[in-house]
Amino acid sequence: MPPEPSRSPAGPARVAWWRNERVHRVLAQVVFLLAVIAVAGLLYANVRSQLRARGLTTGYGFLYGQAGFPIGEGIEYHEGDPYWYAFLVGVVNTIRVSFFGIVLATILGTFTGIARLSSNWLLSKLAGAYIEIIRNIPLLIQLVFWYFAVILQLPGVKESVVLPGSIFLSNRGTALPLLAPTAAFSAWLPFAAAGLVLAPLLWRWRMRRQELTGRPGRGLVWAGGALLGLPALGWLVAGQPFLVELPEMGGFNYEGGLILTPEFTAVLIGLTVYTAAFIAEVVRAGIQAVHVGQKEAARALGFHPGQTLRLVILPQSVRVIIPPLISQYLNLAKNSSLAVAAGFPDLFSVAQTIFNQTGRSVEVIGLVMGSYLAMSLFTSLVLNLYNRRVRLVER
Amino acid sequence: MRQRRLLRGLATALLAVVGLLAWSGPGEAQVNILDKVKKRGKLICAVNAKLPGFGYLTPQGRYEGFDVDFCRALAAAIFSDSGRLEFVPTTAKERFTVLQTGEADVLFRNTTWTISRDTSVGLDFGPTTFYDGQGMMVTKKSGIKKLEDMKNASICVQTGTTTELNLADQFRKRGVPYKAVVFEDADATAGAYEQGRCDGFTTDISGLISRKSIMKDPGAHVILPQVMSKEPLGPAWAHGDNNWGDVVKWLVYGLVIAEEFGITSKNVDEHVNSKEPEIARMLGGDKEAPKAMGLDPKWLYNAIKQVGNYGEIFARHLGPGTPFSLERGVNDLWTKGGLIYAPPIR
Repeated sequence: MPPEPSRSPAGPARVAWWRNERVHRVLAQVVFLLAVIAVAGLLYANVRSQLRARGLTTGYGFLYGQAGFPIGEGIEYHEGDPYWYAFLVGVVNTIRVSFFGIVLATILGTFTGIARLSSNWLLSKLAGAYIEIIRNIPLLIQLVFWYFAVILQLPGVKESVVLPGSIFLSNRGTALPLLAPTAAFSAWLPFAAAGLVLAPLLWRWRMRRQELTGRPGRGLVWAGGALLGLPALGWLVAGQPFLVELPEMGGFNYEGGLILTPEFTAVLIGLTVYTAAFIAEVVRAGIQAVHVGQKEAARALGFHPGQTLRLVILPQSVRVIIPPLISQYLNLAKNSSLAVAAGFPDLFSVAQTIFNQTGRSVEVIGLVMGSYLAMSLFTSLVLNLYNRRVRLVER
Repeated sequence: MRQRRLLRGLATALLAVVGLLAWSGPGEAQVNILDKVKKRGKLICAVNAKLPGFGYLTPQGRYEGFDVDFCRALAAAIFSDSGRLEFVPTTAKERFTVLQTGEADVLFRNTTWTISRDTSVGLDFGPTTFYDGQGMMVTKKSGIKKLEDMKNASICVQTGTTTELNLADQFRKRGVPYKAVVFEDADATAGAYEQGRCDGFTTDISGLISRKSIMKDPGAHVILPQVMSKEPLGPAWAHGDNNWGDVVKWLVYGLVIAEEFGITSKNVDEHVNSKEPEIARMLGGDKEAPKAMGLDPKWLYNAIKQVGNYGEIFARHLGPGTPFSLERGVNDLWTKGGLIYAPPIR
């Protein structure tokens, strides 16, 4: 009887390594990794050799050179400052317009989304028309429209439109009264800070009481009281913390007060209106994703429509809304790179000036991409943390 | 079966990697721009599309202007045909990139010659074709008479220009604070000024005159008498191709010399057999210099015949009879008290 050639008594035969599936898997990964490295290396070598062939040097040393060009607005900046600081001015401008854009777009978008589902025929049709029109026109065209066709059509600065409360509108910008801190400000500040810290604690305490006793906790009254009452007390103790600074007409424009430039206003309005239309759809979808039975149950329990929306529908729809909302926030921040069309000196606009002057296109574009990436990753990190808090916990 | 397919896949992937690694990218020697142009069969010239008088796309879809004509002359010198030419319209900030990447062969776009552009930006510059300076336009109504009156004024300026930098220098020097409103596009800059966003609009004086001619109410604007900078405008190309540099430089010089001798597109044929040795040399008598550059001996004849000499180009686009009616001034020949001067063809 011939011995079994490949089967050992201990168990199945040892598979040759080139037939082992585990080896295949590892090998496939290695090959893929090598391919990625090869492509990246190829791109890098190509850029290097092309730059050298054109007599261009590489490196980031140029960032310490004097910028020498003016920037329309932003944090304190002088033409003698280095390039890296000019770049920073652009980054801060981008963050400023994106932050306010996100806040305003969320408010406008939420209301529009709710209005779209309203039983009021006119309101829902108006919201629908707004969404459909705005979503289907390119943002760049909207920005140009807001800047050249709306904001710059306002009367000249000498014939400004005056709104109540010392607000002046003109094609040189919007001049608003500004609260300027007085000497008493630092003594008043601790009161305001205490109010800020105390308000959420009080809110949580009253809410827990409400859950335990079943009686209305009136958290809003308690928290609001702390938020407003403590600073008011500080005002009495320390003295007036602010002076209202009114804008006044200078030689060519208003001086003093808070002046929003037409460029900032146009970009902010453009981004807000555009993104709000998308957010409205996200909100509508989120609300419709909550089962209709929830609403019926709430109504059966005696909640009025406002309470139903605020206490039953919205908390559940937030789970559905948050992930697509993050995308919209990121879109808004990235879309702000179109701001240059309206003359707003955002990060991309400043970077373009820098690379035109220094010829360092590769380095500057690298910096720009890095900056947007960092901002987007930070935004999504914050929102993902919030998302983790509100998402459905399965037990 | 499955494993064999997998193995085959792996082998293909490996081969691809090896192939990619072996191809080390285009690291070959410097390209010769003239050869590239000849092989392509047409010249690619980067120009301005929005500056009437210098480089402008007419409603009929044709490029016209002072700078544009130099492109035509260059095409005529290379191909004996001023039409073998393609224009790339560029904004102020794109114009250097198209040269760096080789997308355009030469730039004739009211571009100021500066040391940083000549060195770190990686360009070479040719002879100045137009001596300009930076000016400031304000409305008559504003009552501004000089730059010092513009404290805290808003000034519209285009990004990516020397103008932007001179503006900063000039106002800093005078200790006058101001607010810049910076645009990417020339039309947007002028448009915002015209709509009253800015008190002043600054660019090269030639550009201001050109813009003024197309404003709604040209009479409502004045250009301040102060000149803020010197702006020698001329051709540029990617750094390092000396032969291409010779071609562009001597084309401009040739057109200037033609004006000196009074050779025009009309009378060039009469001059071909001229007794004046320099004229005979430049219109086809000298075979050596054109050959060294890789051009036809009739290169300048073709350029002059098809486009005209320097003076003709100036008169056609900027001189009396055009909306700009510019004086020759510093842009007159050196023999007439100007700065336009060319080394001899010898």
